[in-house]
Amino acid sequence: MRIYGEEHPNQQILSRIATNDGHGENSSYFDGWKAYEKDPFHLTDNPTGVIQMGLAENQLSLDLIRDWMKKNPQASICTEEGVSEFKAIANFQDYHGLPAFRKAIAQFMEKVRGGRARFDPDRIVMSGGATGAQETIAFCLADPGEAFLIPTPYYPGFDRDFRWRTGVQLLPIHCHSSNKFKITQAALETAYRKARNSHIRVKGILVTNPSNPLGTTMDRETLRTLVSFVNEKRMHLVCDEIFSGTVFDKPSYVSVSEVIEDDPYCDRDLIHIAYSLSKDLGVPGFRVGVIYSYNDAVVSCARKMSSFGLVSSQTQHLLASMLGDEEFTTSFLATSRTRLCGRRRVFTDGLKRVGIHCLDGNAGLFCWMDLRPLLKEATVEAELRLWRVIINDVKLNISPGSSFHCSEPGWFRVCFANMDDTAMKIALRRIESFVYRENDAAVQAKNKRRWDEALRLSLPRRRFEDPTIMTPHLMSPHSPLVQAAT
Amino acid sequence: MNQMLLSRKAACNIHGQDSSYFLGWQEYEKNPYDPITNPTGIIQMGLAENQLCFDLIESWLENHPDPAAFKKDGALLFRELALFQDYHGLPAFKRALAKYMGEVRGNKVAFDPNRLVLTAGATSANETLMFCLAEPGEAFLLPTPYYPGFDRDLKWRTGAEIVPIHCSSSNGFRITKPALEAAYQDAQKRSLRVKGVLVTNPSNPLGTTLTRHELDILVDFVVSKDIHLISDEIYSGTNFDSPGFISIAEATKDRNNVSHRIHIVCSLSKDLGLPGFRVGAIYSENEAVVSAATKMSSFGMVSSQTQYLLAALLSDKEFTDKYLLENQKRLKERHDMLVEGLRRIGIGCLKGSAALFCWVDMRHLLKSNTFKGEMELWKKIVYQVGLNISPGSSCHCDEPGWFRVCFANMSEDTLTLAMQRLKSFVDSGDCGSNHDSGHQRPRKTFLTKWVLRLSSTDRKSER
Repeated sequence: MRIYGEEHPNQQILSRIATNDGHGENSSYFDGWKAYEKDPFHLTDNPTGVIQMGLAENQLSLDLIRDWMKKNPQASICTEEGVSEFKAIANFQDYHGLPAFRKAIAQFMEKVRGGRARFDPDRIVMSGGATGAQETIAFCLADPGEAFLIPTPYYPGFDRDFRWRTGVQLLPIHCHSSNKFKITQAALETAYRKARNSHIRVKGILVTNPSNPLGTTMDRETLRTLVSFVNEKRMHLVCDEIFSGTVFDKPSYVSVSEVIEDDPYCDRDLIHIAYSLSKDLGVPGFRVGVIYSYNDAVVSCARKMSSFGLVSSQTQHLLASMLGDEEFTTSFLATSRTRLCGRRRVFTDGLKRVGIHCLDGNAGLFCWMDLRPLLKEATVEAELRLWRVIINDVKLNISPGSSFHCSEPGWFRVCFANMDDTAMKIALRRIESFVYRENDAAVQAKNKRRWDEALRLSLPRRRFEDPTIMTPHLMSPHSPLVQAAT
Repeated sequence: MNQMLLSRKAACNIHGQDSSYFLGWQEYEKNPYDPITNPTGIIQMGLAENQLCFDLIESWLENHPDPAAFKKDGALLFRELALFQDYHGLPAFKRALAKYMGEVRGNKVAFDPNRLVLTAGATSANETLMFCLAEPGEAFLLPTPYYPGFDRDLKWRTGAEIVPIHCSSSNGFRITKPALEAAYQDAQKRSLRVKGVLVTNPSNPLGTTLTRHELDILVDFVVSKDIHLISDEIYSGTNFDSPGFISIAEATKDRNNVSHRIHIVCSLSKDLGLPGFRVGAIYSENEAVVSAATKMSSFGMVSSQTQYLLAALLSDKEFTDKYLLENQKRLKERHDMLVEGLRRIGIGCLKGSAALFCWVDMRHLLKSNTFKGEMELWKKIVYQVGLNISPGSSCHCDEPGWFRVCFANMSEDTLTLAMQRLKSFVDSGDCGSNHDSGHQRPRKTFLTKWVLRLSSTDRKSER
């Protein structure tokens, strides 16, 4: 496939991977980002700009990390206190990683799980962020054309990370709002059968727990169902646990690592965890990804592949020190969770006041917002139309459920941890105004229809301007329809 | 565990880590030399690291506490860096890197920061370029001998193939037009579609730089075949002697309509001795390559705190000027020390002018002129002499008896000790040499003549 066609007849042919859309960036879902980039909100410089609510970043507790760094200059190899380590660290390129770093990561992962699971530092393998971790896991476990099953809705980046250069497929396990999007045995069986009928070899299941975009944690029963399923079908279970440190409310977090600790029948060679510090600590710039596999061959292979995305030794050294500081990590996790919980509550309370509900969530950096009542019809097209209004008129970049492969139109992921309190308030006000405008517009539309219908009648017009008369499409805090929607 | 449950990539050994190159490392790790705690341990001479100039960087850090401790603009900067995950990279870092690349090349060419793609080391850069330029089963031509890691970096996960361009000691391992054509034909015979040529310049393992003539025939070749040329220039800052280093960028700057085929790989691991920081880059004038490679860099980006530190370091022209000169000086001294030490034992090297190793000729020490003979000699050198050096076969050399020996990753004392050990070994006659001590004089004369012959061909090139 030529890239530039006739205008550049001498252009070199690049590979299919380089020229296809496997990276996912040509998707129309990036229009939201483009709108934000063209017109980014800034409190003083651009107060009417687009507020970024499509970025799942944890910006609420960076002050704690910064303060720790100030108190611990020796953790940096560039300060007077730490420069004596510079040579050894700058020279260290062993793909096993700094032993102190691996130990600190294992310790941190244990702490995040309340000590309910043990992690062996020798199984910690580095990767270029969780992005690199997922791709490496796919390279280790599946050949081109083979597939992993994945519950919907799911993080769109997986389409790139798991599939693009690996040639592996992702096939959906459809989940529905009727049971809060939980994975059921029936849904698993259906997805598996469908793949088999299409002669696609299924090598495993990929789940995210806590879930992106749902903001919920998986219950023990579902995890056990998954573990049984993969053992029965002899396939892998890959758990992306990158939001494990952001569980701020009940029910408490259950990791796959805990479930297999008390399951003697589980073949541990089938279990693999992907982790990162980008969400829990809020340091995506440092590119710290981790593959933790219970399968020795996968550890060995992934470690060799980690050459393609090792963590900078400068960063390993810093984090070995930081995460090795138990007092700090205990206090950080507690404070971070409290702040996330508080921020989510402010957001969901604000939404409730205008009749918008979110899926009950206890983790993550986002809400799964239910705007189905605002849709003119239950279709993806209607969802996207609403989405464009929200980007262009309401000036909020939120992510439509269809970009997460959600099977029901009308859900949106809205991030709440990547802005300050003021921006959050402004975002809520804009949502409020939008809902009221929609309500007014609907009332007027309804009024116009009734007026047209009732032309022959001599009813006073005044009666139909009553804003409490709502259509089923709209929500109001007092409408009985609100309860039914959730 | 049933191996079938893993991928083919996981089960194969294309990663090459079962090769002797890596086995020597393993032996070293089991028994590493330490002057105090393990003076009889194995001396690591298989590691192409530059450990000679850390003091220069350390003193820069001491004099520039701000970037080191994120102090500029205080708190805000840390936050920005912690959150910065844009795969386009920190603009200040790319500017500094582009400027540095120009300086290393004597400012004969200028580099545009927007044509840089940052990657986690050259390892990642090379793999990424393969993903961009070749389909599984397509091939790149590489002159032999070449860096053993390429088998993993270029082929493993990409499914691409390497077809060798055979180079021989008869002309100092130079790349010739017939050799290029022959390699292309070999690929055709194997039904492999050739997508490009990849060269390392300065060369690993030869320690030489490509001549202008070689560069020209390479460019002519890729133009005539309508394929790509990747120039891995990670040793560009280690050119310590004449002939000088000519980058492919310089060689092609006055040629029309070739820039879209040329892609350069850089790294700071060798020049600056910072392999731990994982700083690599692809430089290309081909927008489609830059665009695709940038997206792929998501899988291996450079840590933002590292970008920030190095942006400050590399923007300091006073520092980079001083560093490059001092680095070259120290490398030359150390190189000359190794060459002289070997010469005294009657061992010659290919005349090198760059990189962190010598390409050493031990053919006369082989029991038999075969790779089996090479392996026997190598094992003796690792286990008996206690030196981990890299056998030529691991670098896909066509001729047995050549070894890559690194000199920049140890102290002078350690190097001296290594030479002493080697001398004892050669003098003992325990190696496979057919010559007994009575024949030493003719051997020395032969070597001297041969070394002189090689160096005279290089004298024509300009610095």
